Amino acid sequence: MINRYRARGGLRIRAGVILMAAAFAAAGCTGSSTTPSAAQPSAAAPASAAASASAAAPSAAGEAITLHVLLMKQAAYSDTDVAAMTAAFNVDHPNITIVPEFVAYDALHDKIVTAQAGGGGVYDLILVDTPWPAEMVKAGIITDITDKIPAEFSTGVFDAAWTAAKYNGKIYGVPWINDTKFFFYNEKLLNNAGITAAPKTWDEVEADAKAIKAKGEVKYPIISSWKQAEAVICEWTQIAAAMGGSEFVDAQGKPLFNQGGGLAALKFMKKLIDEGLVDPASLSSTEDDVNTAMSTGQYAMTLNWTYGLNVMNDAKSSKVPGQIKVAPSPGEGSVVTSGVNGGMSLAVTATSKHPAEALQYALFLASEKSQEMDVANALPMWKASFDNADVTKNNPTLFAAAKIQFTGLVARPVVPYYTKLSNALQAAIQEALLGKKTPEQALNDVAAQLPSFQQ
Amino acid sequence: MTAGTLDRPRQRRSKPWPETWVAAAFVAPAALVILLVVVVPLVRAAWMSLFDIELTSPGVEPFVGLRNYVTQLTSADFWDSVSKALFFTGVTTALELSLGLGLAMLMDQPMRFRWLLRSIVILPWALPTIVNALMWRWIDNGTYGSLNALLAQTGVIHDYIPWLSQDSTAMWMVVLADVWKMTPFCAILILAGLQGIDRELFEAARVDGAGSRQIFRRIIVPLLTPIILVVLVLRTMEAFKVFDIIWIMTGGGPANATQTVAIYAYRTAYQSYDFGQGAALGYLIAIFIMLLAAVYLKLLRRTGA
Repeated sequence: MINRYRARGGLRIRAGVILMAAAFAAAGCTGSSTTPSAAQPSAAAPASAAASASAAAPSAAGEAITLHVLLMKQAAYSDTDVAAMTAAFNVDHPNITIVPEFVAYDALHDKIVTAQAGGGGVYDLILVDTPWPAEMVKAGIITDITDKIPAEFSTGVFDAAWTAAKYNGKIYGVPWINDTKFFFYNEKLLNNAGITAAPKTWDEVEADAKAIKAKGEVKYPIISSWKQAEAVICEWTQIAAAMGGSEFVDAQGKPLFNQGGGLAALKFMKKLIDEGLVDPASLSSTEDDVNTAMSTGQYAMTLNWTYGLNVMNDAKSSKVPGQIKVAPSPGEGSVVTSGVNGGMSLAVTATSKHPAEALQYALFLASEKSQEMDVANALPMWKASFDNADVTKNNPTLFAAAKIQFTGLVARPVVPYYTKLSNALQAAIQEALLGKKTPEQALNDVAAQLPSFQQ
Repeated sequence: MTAGTLDRPRQRRSKPWPETWVAAAFVAPAALVILLVVVVPLVRAAWMSLFDIELTSPGVEPFVGLRNYVTQLTSADFWDSVSKALFFTGVTTALELSLGLGLAMLMDQPMRFRWLLRSIVILPWALPTIVNALMWRWIDNGTYGSLNALLAQTGVIHDYIPWLSQDSTAMWMVVLADVWKMTPFCAILILAGLQGIDRELFEAARVDGAGSRQIFRRIIVPLLTPIILVVLVLRTMEAFKVFDIIWIMTGGGPANATQTVAIYAYRTAYQSYDFGQGAALGYLIAIFIMLLAAVYLKLLRRTGA
């Protein structure tokens, strides 16, 4: 009896210990995640000062240095491209070892925050998207390099590429990627429906899509990357810009996205879904999913970044190699074309122990020579490259489309509260597309939250 | 035997450590690790949850008391994410336990190649969660996923269904992926419990005229109750704080249809830089789990397990 009692009591105690340990572990996992912020405020300022001091006096040649670089493996330069550029860099800098780390775009922002926010900092150089400079400057993650940028960058690089590098008139990154979403189409499917040229307006896109659907070859003529992620914001921004909405908020911080072009774009996107012209699966599709879908030959039109053209036409993975063509993104009314600014810069972190070398490497990657090494996945950001026949000869159509679009890219707002705004807009746009709210209601609800984001 | 030889052992024998000291010495390394990786972050997070800490406002961290908790407890988004987490927890735990029980009963039967069956069954659990999530995201893809291909080719559906793009189906697909992976875990634990039951009880019951159903209800279920409760507790806790499988498959979408409370906390802390709120959310999640744990503890006591 006593033994049975002990056995039961023992089990109860053990079960209790397991329960409590698991509960505390749960809290520890979530709670501990927040600890990095503690050291941040005090760490940022001295690190920044150290960065400036070191940048002025690079390490002596020959001193073995390792740079940790955080990059993206999705659009633009691939890991192979970066490896080739790094090999070229190491010819003159054999003492600098580059340790690149590639993550998916959707993990890049959070990886930077978790790695750098604590002040300990893992990386010397990080890739920064267009809307992030404001928040990362305020968080003390990246450093001011205004006086360290060579003059040729100021005059030779497309203006749009600087958006991801500047905040409040100062430069915090070396512009590296200048990208936007182009209009890609399956030429054969369009021709089969009697369409001989790519649509130039979104009204023409709708009309062409109806013609292709009527032909019966495909169920949904358009596939889009409208997943609840930054992808849907990029596409909505691009269509909004075509419909006259180039600003999310005005100078006073009042919302503009819930009227004019922003509202018209969302209504148009909803209309395309309701008419059965866009595959509803778009709501869970990223840009990579869109590439795969277009490669099946079951879709006629899409928007995507530069790298998409190469992937969709890859004979190894695509059922329609060579059939996917590129054109400038459609405009509407007086807007000839539009493009979301997909530029990204390389920023030296406030915690880097070798900021001068990190900047050297960034400037090398961003140089005209490096950018012209391989233009299959990313277009150069240098204006002169577009007039260099040796560079443009591989894909003159893409360069022609880019030359038009790059002059008028529309940026997502560079504000410290961007990520909060983006998260709210992602959900709101999907609520409208799913019919849970009207486009007006969905965007107005986010507009009502805007003051709380700005606090 | 001389006096010298008698004295030698006495000289070597020092005063033994008290038993509790020895025990403490053995426990100390583990206790230190727990202190560093669990207790310190816990205390730190509790402290942070009382401040307004936004990474984009360095140096400005006013003490706000319980305001972060009040903000979340009065937030519709928070309660929406809690309800999503509770739904996921309830459905996955119920399915995994019932399917796991059935699977364990099957694996307990004497049969040829039972070892092979047991090896195959455990495979999904052996897969890393991220691999499982990517695999199911691929299977459920609305444009080229194999689930649609299978259902269309067998005539079950006419048009492809965008499983992860509809708020009515996205959560169910995530549930399916989790059930596929975690059912073997439940089955293996329950199987261990089954094998601990004395087979003579079954024979005695049969001699007394009991059928299979009666044996299951009157012998197997009561004797398995303690292990079932432990499995229930473990799965409930894991499911309530689910993050990875949903993050990979849907990212919380579409339109926040799969945004559970852990994803909501992650977005608050890491994407919105609001670490004070993030810490408060971490504690709220822990409180919810402890409440669930308390209920289960009471159940354990009531069943006398």
